[in-house]
Amino acid sequence: MSLLDYFRSSKTNTASLAKERLQILVAHERASRNQPSYLPELQQELLAVIRKYVNVGQDAITVNFEQDGNQETLELNIVLPDER
Amino acid sequence: MARIIVVTSGKGGVGKTTTSAAIAMGLAKRGHKTAVIDFDVGLRNLDLIMGCERRVVYDLVNVINNEATLNQALIRDKRCDQLFILPASQTRDKDALTTEGVGKILEELSKDFKYIVCDSPAGIERGATLAMYFADDAFVVTNPEVSSVRDSDRMLGILSSKSRRAENGEEPIKEYLLLSRYSPDRVKLGEMLSVDDVQEILSLHLLGVIPESKSVLNASNSGTPVILDEQSDAGQAYTDIVARYLGETKPHRFIEEEKKGLFSKLFGSK
Repeated sequence: MSLLDYFRSSKTNTASLAKERLQILVAHERASRNQPSYLPELQQELLAVIRKYVNVGQDAITVNFEQDGNQETLELNIVLPDER
Repeated sequence: MARIIVVTSGKGGVGKTTTSAAIAMGLAKRGHKTAVIDFDVGLRNLDLIMGCERRVVYDLVNVINNEATLNQALIRDKRCDQLFILPASQTRDKDALTTEGVGKILEELSKDFKYIVCDSPAGIERGATLAMYFADDAFVVTNPEVSSVRDSDRMLGILSSKSRRAENGEEPIKEYLLLSRYSPDRVKLGEMLSVDDVQEILSLHLLGVIPESKSVLNASNSGTPVILDEQSDAGQAYTDIVARYLGETKPHRFIEEEKKGLFSKLFGSK
């Protein structure tokens, strides 16, 4: 490191920022890698069906797929709006 | 039986062809009969990096379509008689590659060669997936940079699910990390992901670090695999990588900043 660099380098450490972003992203992408490919479509269709009866937002449904050994679990979570 | 190595990365421009040329030459120079195959159909460049672009007559697609024999298409390297190059086609598109066709070529080469190096194109289309399909070992070339690391992780996912070994339930492909274009001084300044960072994210066995080096461009300018430039840092890094791959223990180099004199410390020389 040169003397000039020494005064310039008190900026943020971008490498640690890169590492943090990558760790989150890679973990997320690895989790969705093992999911069946029909999952996003399933989520859309379920949302359409529920909207026939209840007015819910785009993110009212979360579909979670988990694999544990030989057991596969499909977890479906629907948040209904408050009744008025 | 030959050992099939795929050189892959997902992202373009990280040094796949440079690496393929270097390790193929390195293995051949160690006395192992080696073939290196360009899978980048439509955009071949391995011939240029190897310096045999004017000797290309037949290519991979000609052999697949039975328009030429394997022996007619293989180019023997002029510097090392253990090394052969199989160029990609420049005129066809990637759909000319078939799994059966590539499988047949690799099977035939396996009878005669010790190592087969498959230089994968960038991306995840047919050329890239076929280059890795039959592999025994994968060299994942990664730059210490976010998009390259992410793409490498994506390739690891494909390697573990869409290869012949995975489909047949055999022992998985052995994956190795080659971290290229590394600048220890920038890592020290906190401007670049360190080798430990990348290893922690990808959890891969490190085969070697290739420093950012002027010698790589000089080598490609002249059509000489950089491993033949024995004075250069990148050339030495590849020589170490080949040795480690062959089972030798070599301490890792080029990870720490070079010691500089007082003058360059004060005024900076790079």
